Amino acid sequence: MAYIDYYKVLGLNKNATEEEIKKAYRKLARKHHPDLNPNDKEAHIRFQQINEANEVLSDPEKRKKYDEYGENWKHAEQFEQAKRQQGFQGGGGGPSGGYEYSGEFGGEHFSDFFESLFGSRVGGQRSGSQVKFRGQDYNAELHLSLRDAYHTHQHTLDVNGRKVRITVPAGIANGQVIKLKGHGGQGVNGGPNGDIYITFVIADDLKFKRAGNDLFSTEEIDLYTALLGGEVTIHTFGGSINLKVKPETQQGAKVRLKGKGFPVYKKDGEFGDLIVTYNVKLPANLSEKEKELFAQLRDLNKK
Amino acid sequence: MNRELFAVTTFCSVHNIEQSFIASLHEEGLISITIENDNEFIEEDQLHDLELYTRWHREMGINPAGIDVVRHLVHKLRNAQNELNSLKDRLRYYEPGED
Repeated sequence: MAYIDYYKVLGLNKNATEEEIKKAYRKLARKHHPDLNPNDKEAHIRFQQINEANEVLSDPEKRKKYDEYGENWKHAEQFEQAKRQQGFQGGGGGPSGGYEYSGEFGGEHFSDFFESLFGSRVGGQRSGSQVKFRGQDYNAELHLSLRDAYHTHQHTLDVNGRKVRITVPAGIANGQVIKLKGHGGQGVNGGPNGDIYITFVIADDLKFKRAGNDLFSTEEIDLYTALLGGEVTIHTFGGSINLKVKPETQQGAKVRLKGKGFPVYKKDGEFGDLIVTYNVKLPANLSEKEKELFAQLRDLNKK
Repeated sequence: MNRELFAVTTFCSVHNIEQSFIASLHEEGLISITIENDNEFIEEDQLHDLELYTRWHREMGINPAGIDVVRHLVHKLRNAQNELNSLKDRLRYYEPGED
């Protein structure tokens, strides 16, 4: 745990006035505010540091204590064992469960340094973005495989000890967010509870690539099927499909299978397309007989 | 639509903001106010945005007109990010291994 120079965080001198602190804080907040930098984790961390510095320097009592004990914080009488935030952290489920989620069902964090000097701030006594009325919104990520996302299925989330059961509709997109109303932090002063926002992260699949509701795959066919036609069986998330290969199918040729792609989100029975690209595998380790026959074919074409 | 109502006066006192701030947000068309028995209320569905704007006002000193501008820009930014993500997803099909 290291000493934090709050003046430096706000770019100020030790003798900065209240007005200068407010100005510096606002100026930096406008640049790094998480609401203006969506999905930018670095901005989020930077804003927390700025907020923490402001929390201390804008409060005359805290500022005095910080100025007095700051660098020798370890000797401050008020040293309190930093209590860990009780928020939820890290992946339940695990690979065997087929999914995992990460996220924090808890409040904003202050540094250990801050907590050692001013005590743990769990319980939301902050003047910054503390909960004053409506409960806090929580954010979490739910990781799914492409196969999971193909079917409507249920998940149970553990939110600070409470079980929350959710239904994930088939066809959910990578990066899509679902809101669970009223399942976030508790409201105070008669305010309503916050919500939970779950962002779905869908891992790449080895066989299928997804673009919107369409799926793409590459199927290998042998030279003879490509030349003379035949059948090939494709295993999709929805089952197996027998596909007729036309004679003289070229390397890299594509076929579009209507309705064999990914389910359309919240539209029962509607599916995107499956686009299959043929990859013709040429024979190897030819026998003498095969070589002879290929030579005959070659000579036939020379004429 | 959730019809649970919260008094503007309560919101202002717990957030320590002037009622005139809420009135200007209303004038800018950023939130709607429900009047019942001569008292002003906010519907629950509006609270999230109202607290967001209150934070922007307090932490960054943005006035209601500025809030309207920022709101539009953040919306555009989010759309652009979503588009970028779906394009990246598509690109991975052509460049496997590149991320």
